[in-house]
Amino acid sequence: MTDPISLSVIDAASALRRGDLSQDELFTAYRDRAAADDTNSFTWLADDLRAGLGDRDRAPGTDRPLAGVPLAVKDLFCVTGVPTASASELLRGYRPPYTATAIDRLQHEGATILGKTNQDEFAMGSSNENSAFGPVLNPWDRTKVPGGSSGGSAAAVAAGLAPAAIGTDTGGSVRQPAALCGVVGLKPTYGTVSRYGMIAFASSLDQAGPITRTVADAAVLFRAMTGPADRNDMTSIGWAGQAAGIEVPSAERLDGVRIGVPTALLGEGVEPGVRAAFDAALRTAEGLGATVVEVELPHARHALAAYYLLAPAEASSNLARFDGVRYGNRADIGDGGLVELYTKTRHDGFGAEVKRRIMLGTYALSSGFYDAYYRRAQQVRTKIVEDFRAVHEQVDLLATPTSPTVAWGLGERTDDPVAMYQADVTTLPQSLAGVPAISIPCGLSEGLPVGLQLSGAAFSEQRILDAAHALEQTLGFDVTAAWMPAPPASRPAPSASASTGKDAA
Amino acid sequence: MIDRDTVLHVATLSRLELHDDEIEPMARELSAVLGHLETIGELDLDGVEPTTGVLEDRSPLRADEPTRSLPREVALDQAPDASDDGFRVPSPQA
Repeated sequence: MTDPISLSVIDAASALRRGDLSQDELFTAYRDRAAADDTNSFTWLADDLRAGLGDRDRAPGTDRPLAGVPLAVKDLFCVTGVPTASASELLRGYRPPYTATAIDRLQHEGATILGKTNQDEFAMGSSNENSAFGPVLNPWDRTKVPGGSSGGSAAAVAAGLAPAAIGTDTGGSVRQPAALCGVVGLKPTYGTVSRYGMIAFASSLDQAGPITRTVADAAVLFRAMTGPADRNDMTSIGWAGQAAGIEVPSAERLDGVRIGVPTALLGEGVEPGVRAAFDAALRTAEGLGATVVEVELPHARHALAAYYLLAPAEASSNLARFDGVRYGNRADIGDGGLVELYTKTRHDGFGAEVKRRIMLGTYALSSGFYDAYYRRAQQVRTKIVEDFRAVHEQVDLLATPTSPTVAWGLGERTDDPVAMYQADVTTLPQSLAGVPAISIPCGLSEGLPVGLQLSGAAFSEQRILDAAHALEQTLGFDVTAAWMPAPPASRPAPSASASTGKDAA
Repeated sequence: MIDRDTVLHVATLSRLELHDDEIEPMARELSAVLGHLETIGELDLDGVEPTTGVLEDRSPLRADEPTRSLPREVALDQAPDASDDGFRVPSPQA
């Protein structure tokens, strides 16, 4: 029969419903692969199918749309009783008493959690090198970074260790690692997926989204993640009606679709090989009937500065909760007092990049600098929002390379924060505007994947998914090219002592 | 641009301890980053309203009804130090 690993989310769900494949069989196939992972993509693996189903009485029936589909979930999503550290030393060993709404909804649709995935600490990073669990390696080349911050989620899908993963995107953290690992990543419109139970980085930007092998799978998972917020949840906009109408894309043509290319984002820094793959993808789009025109986003070049003031400012406030009192790890302060408890816990618990951003954000918000930095960045954001509204009067979609470069070497940019931040230059404008965007693999440069980013107006997910699907069919990128070889067959069932997987708590 | 005193002031505001050998590197890195972000000073933004978040007008509000919160023992379960009825911390005066 067909190797269960080869099935997309949609095909696996169908095979499970038909009874061609058992849920345990599918789970075990992926768990065996994930347990043999050499990319450091996982921070915890579920023992068995039932361990990932959630805390309600949910027999793994076959009637739900995603029944029995195992998903890899970014570490920062709270899941009841499951180690959740947001890849921070400060939270290592924390087991939340509740489950994030986005994950709860996926479980409600029948999905089970295969494991938690590695990430940059508190989602701050573009290379997954800022993790208390160590860096993730890119499955295409284990000397390269996978991108970040959802690096483990993207690498797990690219290595064939999970059929799909869930990540979060604040300034590009779903799209950029998807691009660098040669898989699909969707950042939905801000607010369409609940943030309840996502450990917060920058609340006006944070957005959960799926990382998948196919555009169709991204549509199915997005539809499942979004949905009615419960009574305690003010973090999503209650888009349930429209989201339920998201259809699995089947478009083959792009006739009548107007694609804008913002020339301001194609300047210096975009590698020639990335540019070549991007240009070839645009020609493919034209061949499918699309019209491609150059457009202006006059303030997009200021997005990086605005983002790296606004996101750290929000982070400095959000991360104030990590003080060694209610959860997480507390530093040993001997006879010290309360303030020392706070300051030493935060010194010992946070990594270098998180400290840098807390300091940067606090500075931007501090007396005497607020107007010059924080308020100004918010004004720039207004101009960027206006740019996007204006450009979508002219075109349906915007296309850019997802990342100006392919995956770079581990350690290459860790001493240079500014060079690291440049990695996000093509994903940040959409984040600030709150609009939906997808990255799909569109070719190779230097043997490494290149991502094509398509974005649209707020709530235009269907249009983006349709166009991405049509391009995906024609581009024919092989998302299995970096799969890990099959681990030795007939491994014994994991023992109870392995229940915490790689969690070192 | 960011000197040692500024770093120490911001660290105090951030409730973040910095060791002596961490202060100069922090000053250098923050200066480099801020130097790169100065481009937003170039724009004429007079009269432009700040944006605190997109789509705010669509955020729903829940009904203002009392609901059950976490049971006390569950809330205290993950605390580094807890008594029967609260989180235990050292004295602010210590």
